[in-house]
Amino acid sequence: MILPALRCPPLILSLSKGHKSAVFAFLSFFLSLLVVFTSPASADEAALRAIIAKFAAAQNFKATEAVVQELAATSDPAVERPLAALAEGDLYFRKSDSAVFIGKEAGQAIKLADPLTSAEAGEEPKAAVTKIKVNNALRRSIRDALGGLTLGSPDANARIAAADTMFKTPVAANVEALDAAIAKETIGSVKLKLEQARASSVLVSDLPEDEKLAAIDVIAGIGSRDALSLLTGYETGAEGALKDAASAAVASMNSTLALWASAQNVWYGLSLGSVLLLAAIGLAITFGVMGVINMAHGEMVMLGAYTTFIVQNIIRTSFPGLFDWSLAIALPLAFLVSGAVGLAIERGIIRFLYGRPLETLLATWGVSLILQQAVRSIFGPTNREVGNPSWMSGAFDIGELSVTWNRLWILAFSLAVFFLLLFVMKRTSWGLQMRAVTANRRMASSMGIRTPWVDALTFALGSGIAGIAGVALSQIDNVSPNLGQGYIIDSFMVVVFGGVGNLWGTLVGAFSLGVLNKFLEPYAGAVLGKILVLVLIILFIQKRPRGLFALKGRAVEA
Amino acid sequence: MSKSGTILYLDGVSVAFDGFRAINKLSLVLDRGEMRAIIGPNGAGKTTMMDIVTGKTRPDEGEVFFDGQVDLTRHDEAEIAMMGIGRKFQKPTVFDSHTVEDNLVLSLNGPRSIFPALFHRRSAEEARRIDDILGVTRLGDKRGALAANLSHGQKQWLEIGMLLAQDPKLLLVDEPVAGMTDAETEETARLLKDINQTHSIIVVEHDMHFVRELGVKVTCLHEGAVLSEGTLDFVSSDERVMEVYLGR
Amino acid sequence: MISGKFFAAGSDRRIFVAIVLLVAAAIVVPVLNVAVPAGSAFHVPPYMVALVGKYLCYALLALSLDLVWGYCGILSLGHGAFFALGGYAMGMYLMRQIGSRGVYGNPDLPDFMVFLNWKELPWFWYGFDQFWFAALMVMLVPGLLALVFGWFAFRSRVTGVYLSIITQAMTYALLLAFFRNDMGFGGNNGLTDFKDILGFNVQANATRSALFAASAIALALGVFVTWLIVSSKFGKLLIAVRNAESRTRFLGWRAENVKLFAFTVSAVMAGIAGALYVPQVGIINPGEFDPGNSIEVVVWTAVGGRGTIVGPIIGALLVNAGKSWFTGALPELWLFALGGLFVAVTLFLPKGIVGLWDQWRDARAQRQVSVAAEAGTDIDPTPPKIGRAQSGAPTGEWAKPSGGPEPQPAE
Repeated sequence: MILPALRCPPLILSLSKGHKSAVFAFLSFFLSLLVVFTSPASADEAALRAIIAKFAAAQNFKATEAVVQELAATSDPAVERPLAALAEGDLYFRKSDSAVFIGKEAGQAIKLADPLTSAEAGEEPKAAVTKIKVNNALRRSIRDALGGLTLGSPDANARIAAADTMFKTPVAANVEALDAAIAKETIGSVKLKLEQARASSVLVSDLPEDEKLAAIDVIAGIGSRDALSLLTGYETGAEGALKDAASAAVASMNSTLALWASAQNVWYGLSLGSVLLLAAIGLAITFGVMGVINMAHGEMVMLGAYTTFIVQNIIRTSFPGLFDWSLAIALPLAFLVSGAVGLAIERGIIRFLYGRPLETLLATWGVSLILQQAVRSIFGPTNREVGNPSWMSGAFDIGELSVTWNRLWILAFSLAVFFLLLFVMKRTSWGLQMRAVTANRRMASSMGIRTPWVDALTFALGSGIAGIAGVALSQIDNVSPNLGQGYIIDSFMVVVFGGVGNLWGTLVGAFSLGVLNKFLEPYAGAVLGKILVLVLIILFIQKRPRGLFALKGRAVEA
Repeated sequence: MSKSGTILYLDGVSVAFDGFRAINKLSLVLDRGEMRAIIGPNGAGKTTMMDIVTGKTRPDEGEVFFDGQVDLTRHDEAEIAMMGIGRKFQKPTVFDSHTVEDNLVLSLNGPRSIFPALFHRRSAEEARRIDDILGVTRLGDKRGALAANLSHGQKQWLEIGMLLAQDPKLLLVDEPVAGMTDAETEETARLLKDINQTHSIIVVEHDMHFVRELGVKVTCLHEGAVLSEGTLDFVSSDERVMEVYLGR
Repeated sequence: MISGKFFAAGSDRRIFVAIVLLVAAAIVVPVLNVAVPAGSAFHVPPYMVALVGKYLCYALLALSLDLVWGYCGILSLGHGAFFALGGYAMGMYLMRQIGSRGVYGNPDLPDFMVFLNWKELPWFWYGFDQFWFAALMVMLVPGLLALVFGWFAFRSRVTGVYLSIITQAMTYALLLAFFRNDMGFGGNNGLTDFKDILGFNVQANATRSALFAASAIALALGVFVTWLIVSSKFGKLLIAVRNAESRTRFLGWRAENVKLFAFTVSAVMAGIAGALYVPQVGIINPGEFDPGNSIEVVVWTAVGGRGTIVGPIIGALLVNAGKSWFTGALPELWLFALGGLFVAVTLFLPKGIVGLWDQWRDARAQRQVSVAAEAGTDIDPTPPKIGRAQSGAPTGEWAKPSGGPEPQPAE
């Protein structure tokens, strides 16, 4: 629970991946607009061209904006192309005849295209054309203008996007256009968006008070952060009944949003908990069931992560089509690699130290140093790149909750591993033997169970599970030789907190520590929150030295 | 029942471990100066009862009083030991890496805080008592030997010696004669009767000859409660005792 | 009585030799460094003085761990924290001594505070301009932390690996805390660029020699105090608690107080070691809190032989000399060597070098006895020593259960 929070970068990275895809969607949406809207015949193409030509004469941003407004006022879908090009900074005019074109840089030259039809219009050297300059204010008004234009788009998604844009940047003038669009709209969800956009526009218009009150109701019903900031902004300037209504709406929205924020915290906490569970679950076997203190447990996780790296490397170079399967291929391999190393450690070192827990701790710490240095010597000390398969990239929203796919998969995966392990322990004969050996070794041995093998395989199982945890953690953490070190203290804390020898305790321990951590963070900051959790656990161990779900009895107290 | 005049008073004591009732409404009264033998099958709750008296285990319910007035459930092991309850364990527990003499030095009654221990000088009185105890337990020639190197019987004697050094008001003695020869068993019985002149004693033992040797009141425990109580002859002729413990 | 024992044979003589050697080093090395000209064969170069001075501080740290681990069975994986706290207390004094000679020339605030735009000295930096105050804090802060931490841990009977893990968590929490800039201890960079100690230039040769002498004397004192403690009745109690903690309770001893006293004394010793270390290496930063450092101290102690007083000193000197050589000659291989050392010591050398030496000597004595017996000569047939129980096979927690090693479920 300590490092995952310190290592915010992976989380930030995955969030920014989400943003990237949003930007990408936005762009592709515009591109599709361009494709869709080439055909409708213009009412008066010549008139449009005349207005477009004015861009060449505009001396400053203000003048350019006036031209933009004039184009927007035509309500002709054809003006989208030149406006979009202008926003992108791709609109030029030729110095020789002031003709306006859409230009694309091609080396030293600019390829020109007709602003309305995008038919090719030859090439000019850079020096022969002038770019029509835009600034952010201008881009905004272009965006607004485009939003207004797309209200009439036949594509429902385009209409929704337009309505959203209008909602965020309300202009009184939009009310009319929106009324018209609402009257025409047949799809319920789009109509709702349009009405919301209308409501935000109504607020800034000079329509009568009861209209505005209704608008406040509509906006309050949305409940999003955008709606809140809109109403908060409105509240400061409003008066009388309007101000009261806005204040009430803001207050109720705030409490709803606080609920969402808590839900987001719970989600982050569960996500952190799943990471802790993955890291600790192998330890719950080796430490919890066998009583072996394996300080090299973190390195087993690291080996799993490096196995993923190697698998992805081979796939990248030899079978690029299999990339989405890389994790599925890495899972069994990581289990085998870490399990084999675990087996070797048990047979080579640990079995000589049974009954001497503190010496086991020291010897396995030595092993962890050796494994770290070995990986450092082979792969270098720096982070290695492990990619996310496509099905683990991106994010989606539930209400005001943003959920990234990789975190969701890891949560599901950690639970799957947990229940699989529970099944192995409780329902298979191997699990029965394991439990028999830990309950009464001599008895188990005399019943014909080969206890040394059960020991070795149990340890290998715990290590192998650490390996597959490494596969999952490679998706959200830096794959470096130090990967494991960060998890070792956390894992022990989870197992000790949950109660040694109790798998359910590990589950509850991991998730409660994860959630606790994420709820402390906003108040104390990430590092201090971490420290607080550590201190709380230390205090908790004082109170219940054997964890949340400890066994009681004479034997335990002896 | 009146608590006054009793050295140990247990009433309605119960304790459960994960649903298993190790002690079930146990009531037991030991008068001052009395010696009591406790018998019973394995799992009858004999050791758990001692754990409760010495503060190792807290009872879920019931009263435990020492010397008529001290509520033992409110004190921990060290406090209870300081009040004057000494314990010999079923499995002899001595300090293996100390000599026999040092084992006794650590057991001698006296201040139990850090600084007196740090600046301790052995007084002539203490030396004399150690010599006495070594004589009684016949460990005189083992004075400098590591406790780890003693035989099982010798460890039993050493632990009895440690009890003597502690000089408690009440001795809890768990299976003192396991691993002893017949002669040593007789000797132990004689020693306990001797100690009983000045101390109260509870002895847990399976060896019926030894119990007969002691010639004291016997309590038979079964499933955490008193099954039968009285002279050895009375108890051993009790149907239920024969059923669960002694056999027919 | 003490003096009688002190000059006696056996392990007590070993203590005596160690103290004499350390005091001699405290006198001879500075003389050979300062008074003997650089060209002479007897000259001790300054880098050597600094290096060995550093090792002596490590040795004192290892000795402090030996008191709790070797004699009381508390495997602390957080002793580096006490060392670092002592070091920080000394570092704060040294920072205050810089005065207006810092980069920013602020007479009151250390450079890093000026850099962070702090306007005044935080309250916990008050008093550190006085050496006596800093020296007091060097002992008080680690001692207090050990007292509070130990009180919680021992009172609730956290033992064995659980205790080890929470001590590790303690130093880890401190590591995180000291990395924070707003803690007021220089954050990531720690405290450095020291100028003077007690008015003498820390870089000067004579000062370094004096610090070396101070370290050697401190270590000698540490050895003496540890020996006094473990050879008293309290020392017997410590070992009793190590072997059978609950038995001591039934004898009326408060095992938690016994452990708490040892833990606190040990933390104070570690703090002093840290305070002597910082002016010799010229820096203290949060890296000293790294759990890895603390666990390295454990391996020094284990290599030399725990529960032997001189063992940890030998271990600390040997392992650190090895580290210096490795990191110079084969830096890639150092962690392999250290890791291997952990494994090898636990598997093959459970009693350390000193334990091995004792075993060998005892075996030789036994042989001589039997040879003498065969030859008919009259040699006292009693085994060599009986008073040295502590270096005999530690039992209890450390003992192998009969019937060979077997895993036991964690308690």
